[in-house]
Amino acid sequence: MSSDKQEGRLTLKQRFDRWMIKHGRVLVVGIPYFWLFLFFLVPFLIVLKISFSVAEYAQPPYTPLFEWIDEGITVTLNFGNYLFLLSDSLYVTAYLNSIRIAAISTVITLLIGYPMAYGIARAQGSMRSVLLMLVILPFWTSFLIRVYAWIGILDREGLINAFLMWTGIISEPLIMRQTEFAVYVGIVYTYLPFMILPLYSTLEKMDVSLVEAALDLGCKPWQAFAKITLPLSMPGILAGSLLVFIPAVGEFVIPELLGGPNTLMIGRTLWNEFFANRDWPIASSVAIAMLLFLVVPIMWFQHIQTKQEEGQQ
Amino acid sequence: MLVSEAVLERVHEDVHKTQPWNNPDAVPYIRFENVTKKFGDFYAVDDVSLDIYRHELFALLGGSGCGKTTLLRMLAGFEEPTSGKIYIDGVDMAGVPAYERPTNMMFQSYALFPHMSVEQNVAFGLVQDGVSRSEIKELVAEMLGLVQMSKFAKRKPHQLSGGQRQRVALARSLIKRPKVLLLDEPLGALDKKLREQTQFELVNIQEKVGTTFVMVTHDQEEAMTMASRIAVMNEGVINQTGTPFELYEYPNSRYTANFLGQVNLIEGVLVDDDEKYAVIKSDEAGCEIYIDHAVQGHEGMTFWVALRPERLRITKEAPKETKYNCVSGKVEEIGYLGGISTYHVRLESGKRIKVTEPNSTRQIEPRYTWEDTVWVSWEAGAASVLNK
Repeated sequence: MSSDKQEGRLTLKQRFDRWMIKHGRVLVVGIPYFWLFLFFLVPFLIVLKISFSVAEYAQPPYTPLFEWIDEGITVTLNFGNYLFLLSDSLYVTAYLNSIRIAAISTVITLLIGYPMAYGIARAQGSMRSVLLMLVILPFWTSFLIRVYAWIGILDREGLINAFLMWTGIISEPLIMRQTEFAVYVGIVYTYLPFMILPLYSTLEKMDVSLVEAALDLGCKPWQAFAKITLPLSMPGILAGSLLVFIPAVGEFVIPELLGGPNTLMIGRTLWNEFFANRDWPIASSVAIAMLLFLVVPIMWFQHIQTKQEEGQQ
Repeated sequence: MLVSEAVLERVHEDVHKTQPWNNPDAVPYIRFENVTKKFGDFYAVDDVSLDIYRHELFALLGGSGCGKTTLLRMLAGFEEPTSGKIYIDGVDMAGVPAYERPTNMMFQSYALFPHMSVEQNVAFGLVQDGVSRSEIKELVAEMLGLVQMSKFAKRKPHQLSGGQRQRVALARSLIKRPKVLLLDEPLGALDKKLREQTQFELVNIQEKVGTTFVMVTHDQEEAMTMASRIAVMNEGVINQTGTPFELYEYPNSRYTANFLGQVNLIEGVLVDDDEKYAVIKSDEAGCEIYIDHAVQGHEGMTFWVALRPERLRITKEAPKETKYNCVSGKVEEIGYLGGISTYHVRLESGKRIKVTEPNSTRQIEPRYTWEDTVWVSWEAGAASVLNK
């Protein structure tokens, strides 16, 4: 070894080790970046590109963005799709509806998820893992199957109606499926774990003696909750809410299966443009517009989170 | 902030002037009456009765799991006793929730609210009570002045050092002028130097505000420096209650003797019992021990003689009188601590005895060295005799 060094020759392994020390960090960081570039940024750019073209009966069904005319590249940008989104009230309504449904679902999820997360965080050691397990358990079944199960529960001849008719509380079946109510049930049920888990992790980290200190200084239990527990669990509330809100805005399967024909959501509109109308440019611009709508809350969330982390240091 | 000699003296004067625990007419401020607390099958506190008087700085001392914290938490209202009664200022505390008790607590972790500034933390209790804004401002300023944290009023807890957090926690728990301030290991999170300094500070502040302090600690030095009285706890039971002086000089059991300071315990049998003296023969130490007072018990009973290391004399030559209170052995270990030296002497019987000696004069070389044969002797009044 030492003689090798003196002669300035290195074994292959030593060379590799030195190279890793120098460039290892770049490599480790680079792999996920490369992954994101390939499977996120490139598809995004393709969609962005399509959104600026015009629909055509061709293969692919849109005009090319870059054209090779007279030994020069001509770029034809078409903003018409975006203008069309604004002019046709269908899209605006769909966006607003999606945001409304997602927002209400998020609030309901929070109201149900918070007490559950709190209960789990304050449970005894072994009980806690059992409860957490129960929260995660539904993920072991396909999402689609679980949504179909709700059809069986909410349907005209479904479980709830059958039971209520049998007890005689109602004589006519309730219309629950194909309503907005069913969409709320579906979204809240599906996304509840995404609310509970981040809430649990913040509540579990919280020092119980903080609440005791508040009680000791004269707070009634609900005041201690409002003044101490709630503000300190804000990062969890934010994380959970965004994890529910963002996918709920673009949700397609739940409104399609549980919602009625009147439940207009942007996910469904997008689907129709792509597969029914085969208007890829419009569909792409719908997707891009939705992304812009959602990027703002994500950036805001990250901003809050960095501030929180700085505060804890 | 080091407390001045005058203040220290005043503290001691007051403590000695008013020793309500020695006054049969004095009414206790806090009273535990046969309090038991069970967690499942485990007795955290087992039938404890204890009186604490007004203006005391009372320490509950014991190792971990001895029940001292549970006792404190029952006083604060975080735990309800399984049986027994707790009175504060004559009022039965049964069913009174923590937020209505006249107590405030300083938590071991300080439990400062991380999302509030120092000022807001200290003001919290007053805001809760609906005190007017101007009054809160005044009281908070005063309290921050008392704990010397005025400069840091706008800071958040995470921007403070451990010692500063401790002061804020103290200010926050004192601002409502509780009848009783509860301190859970108040200095546990501080390093040694800061701890010593803060001990006196706390006593000084207690003196200024006149609140009754009840503190929990596992540190015997902390308890002895600060407390007017100490209750030594073990396995949910109070072993002995008394002033630091009483506990050190007159321990009632081997547990107390061992817990407070260092001690050599020598097992022996009572062989001569008189009205004025007693003699205990110890096979363990290979000597006879003469005690200058009567011992309650009969001849043949087993006793333990407690000898503090600093009350033992170590000499190279045999003392004139070697019949009683005198053993010889070999120096096995030496600890030179500057101010004092400790010697571990292995007796002929195999028992090891610890002796400390002040280094009151400067020496050219150590007085004794390893394997030296030495004599260890003590006065008839140095020993206390324990029967448990």
